[in-house]
Amino acid sequence: MGNSRRSFLKVAGITALGIGTKPVLDVFAASGGHGAEPKPEVSQNEEALTAKRWGMVIDTRKFHSAEDLDPIIEACHKIHNVPELTEPRHKIMWLWGDEYKHVFTHREHELINDRIKHLPFLVLCNHCEKPACVRACPTKATFKRDDGIVLMDFHRCIGCRFCMAACPYGSRSFNFRDPRPFIKEENKEFPTRMKGVVEKCNFCAERLAVGKMPACVEASNGAITFGDLDDSESEVREVLRTNYTIRRKPDLGAGPSVYYIV
Amino acid sequence: MLELALKGDKKYWGWVIALLAVIGVAFAVYLKQLDFGLGITGMSRDVSWGFYIAQFTFLVGVAAGGVMVVLPRYLHDYKAFGRITILGEFLAIAAVVMCLLFIIADLGQPMRAFNVILYPTPGSVLFWDMIVLNGYLLLNIVIGWNVLEAERNNIHYAKWVKPLIITSIIWAPAIHTVTAFLYCGLPGRGFWMTAILAPRFLASAFAAGPALLILLCLIIRKVTKFDPGREQIQSLAKIVTYAIIINVFFLLCEVFVVFYSRIPSHMSHLQYLFVGLHGHGALVPWMWTSMALMATSIVLLVIPAVRKNESVLAFACVILFIGTWIDKGMGMISGGFVPNPLHHVTEYMPTLPEILITLGVYATGLLVLTILFKVAVGVKEEVSGVKDTCESC
Repeated sequence: MGNSRRSFLKVAGITALGIGTKPVLDVFAASGGHGAEPKPEVSQNEEALTAKRWGMVIDTRKFHSAEDLDPIIEACHKIHNVPELTEPRHKIMWLWGDEYKHVFTHREHELINDRIKHLPFLVLCNHCEKPACVRACPTKATFKRDDGIVLMDFHRCIGCRFCMAACPYGSRSFNFRDPRPFIKEENKEFPTRMKGVVEKCNFCAERLAVGKMPACVEASNGAITFGDLDDSESEVREVLRTNYTIRRKPDLGAGPSVYYIV
Repeated sequence: MLELALKGDKKYWGWVIALLAVIGVAFAVYLKQLDFGLGITGMSRDVSWGFYIAQFTFLVGVAAGGVMVVLPRYLHDYKAFGRITILGEFLAIAAVVMCLLFIIADLGQPMRAFNVILYPTPGSVLFWDMIVLNGYLLLNIVIGWNVLEAERNNIHYAKWVKPLIITSIIWAPAIHTVTAFLYCGLPGRGFWMTAILAPRFLASAFAAGPALLILLCLIIRKVTKFDPGREQIQSLAKIVTYAIIINVFFLLCEVFVVFYSRIPSHMSHLQYLFVGLHGHGALVPWMWTSMALMATSIVLLVIPAVRKNESVLAFACVILFIGTWIDKGMGMISGGFVPNPLHHVTEYMPTLPEILITLGVYATGLLVLTILFKVAVGVKEEVSGVKDTCESC
C-alpha cells in the first residue's frame, strides 16, 4: 500500500517536473543549443503595406445619408464573414453608422445644424494608442501590433468579455451563438468565428499583408484616407494637415487612430 | 472528518437530495447553454455582463464577510467568536466556490479557461482576481480544516496555521477590492468609475456576509444541538449595523457627487436605475425596494433594544440581505452598462434558463455549505459532549 503510494508520488513528481520545465527547455532550444533546430522564420510578403502607426481619416462631408454608408459597411462585413443576425441583442458589427450625438457624446448640443444632426457617422474600432481592451484581456487574446493595429486571436479568446466592458467606444461584438449559419456568402480567404468569442474591426490586417488597402477605404470613393500617422509625407498626414479633424472621446486619453472631418 | 456529513436524519438527506435535484436540472440547462452559446441568456452586445457576473460580485462580498468573525477572534483575541469562527470560514469556502462557478458559467469558451494560466497577463485585473479568489479558497480550506480537526482532538492547532490565518485576514478585503477594480478602472463606464467603489463593495460585504451568518447561526441553533451563542449573534449584529450604515452613507456620497456635478455620463446610470431613462425603467421598482429594505434594516438594527430581540434581528437580517442583493446582484452590473458608451439604452433582464443556471450554482453553494456545516456542527456536538453516543470515538 505504502509502496504503491510512494511510486505513484514519484511518477507524479517526475511528470510535474516535466510539465514545469518544458517551457524552460523550449527557451534553451530556441537560443540555439546543441543540435537545436533553428526557429522557423516567417518572411513578409514583399508587396505588404507597412507603417509605423496605421491611422484613418473619415471625411464625413462626402456622405449624405445612410445609403452612402451601406456599400462600405457591406464590403467590410462580406469580406470578414460577419454574420447577419436578426436578434438585435446578438448583433455583430465591425463597421456601422450612428448619429452624431451617439458617436461624439461629449460634443453634442441641441442647436447643432441639421446636416450634422441627421448625418450617420461611420463607427469602428479606433485602434487606440493605449487600448483599454488590451489592458483588460486576461489571456493576451487581444493585442496591439507594432504598427498600431489592435487584433484578436479568436482561438485564444475565452469569451470573458472583459474587453467589451473596457472599450469606451462600444466597438466589440460577442458571438452569442454560432455565427456560421448566418453568413450569407462565405469568403474562404478569411476565417469564420465560433460561438463564445469576441470580434471587431482589424483594420484589414489580412489585406495590408498582401498589399491591399482596407476594404472600407476601397469602397469609400475617396471619403476615407488610410496611411501611416508617423510618416509626415503620407497622404493621411496631408489630410490631417489641411483639415480640422476630431476624434471620439479624446478626453479619455486612449488615443484613437481614427479621425473625422466634420 | 468528512464522515460526519454522512450521518444524518431524514430531514438532512431530504434537503441534500432536494439540492442535488436543483443542481441536476440546472446542469441540464447549462449543457444547453454550452451547446447554443450565451445567446440563451438576456445579455447583449450592449449589456455584455449580466446576472452571472452580478451574482459573482455579490458572493465575493459574502466570502469576504467571513473575515468579520475571524478578525475579532485572532487579532483582538475576542474569545466568544472562537465558537463560530469555523462557520465564517466555511461560509467563505461555499461562497468562493459559487463565485468560481459563476465565472465559468459566464465564459463563452469555458474549456479555454486555463488560458488565463497558460498566458499569464499581470496587466489584467481578471488575472489577479483569479489568483486572489483561488488563494482565498485554499487558505480557508486549509485553515478551517486544521483548526476544526485540532478542536476535535482537543489540542491546539499547529503553529504553522497562525501565519495563514493572519494572511487570510488581509486576503479577505483584497478579494473584494480586486473585484471592484475589475469595474472601477474602465474608461467610459461612468457608473463604476469611482474611487469609492471598492470601499462600497467592502461595506456591503461586511453587512451582507455577517447578516447571512446570523441567520445561519439561528438555523443551526434550531436544527442541531449546537448553540452558536447569544453573545456571538449580538456581536455580529453590531458589525452588521455599522457596515450597513457605512454602505448607505457611501451610496449617498456617490449620489451627491454625481448629481451635484451633473456630468451626464455619470448621472445617466443612476437616473436609469432610480427614475428611468428615455422611457426605460425596468429596474426602478427593484432599486427603490432595495433602498427601502436597507433603510428599514438600519432603523431596526440601530436601536439596541430592538436589535436584542432575536426575531426582529432575524427579520432585519433577511431584509438587509435582500436589499444588498438587489443593489449589487441586479443594479450594480446592469447599471454600469445602461446606457452604453454611445448613450443608447438597451435594457437587460435575465432569461429563464439564465435564472435556472443561477439557481443551480446557488444550490451547489448551499450543498457545499450544508456538508461543511454538518461536519463543523458534528465536531462541536462531539467535543461539548451533547451527543450521548458517538460511534467514531
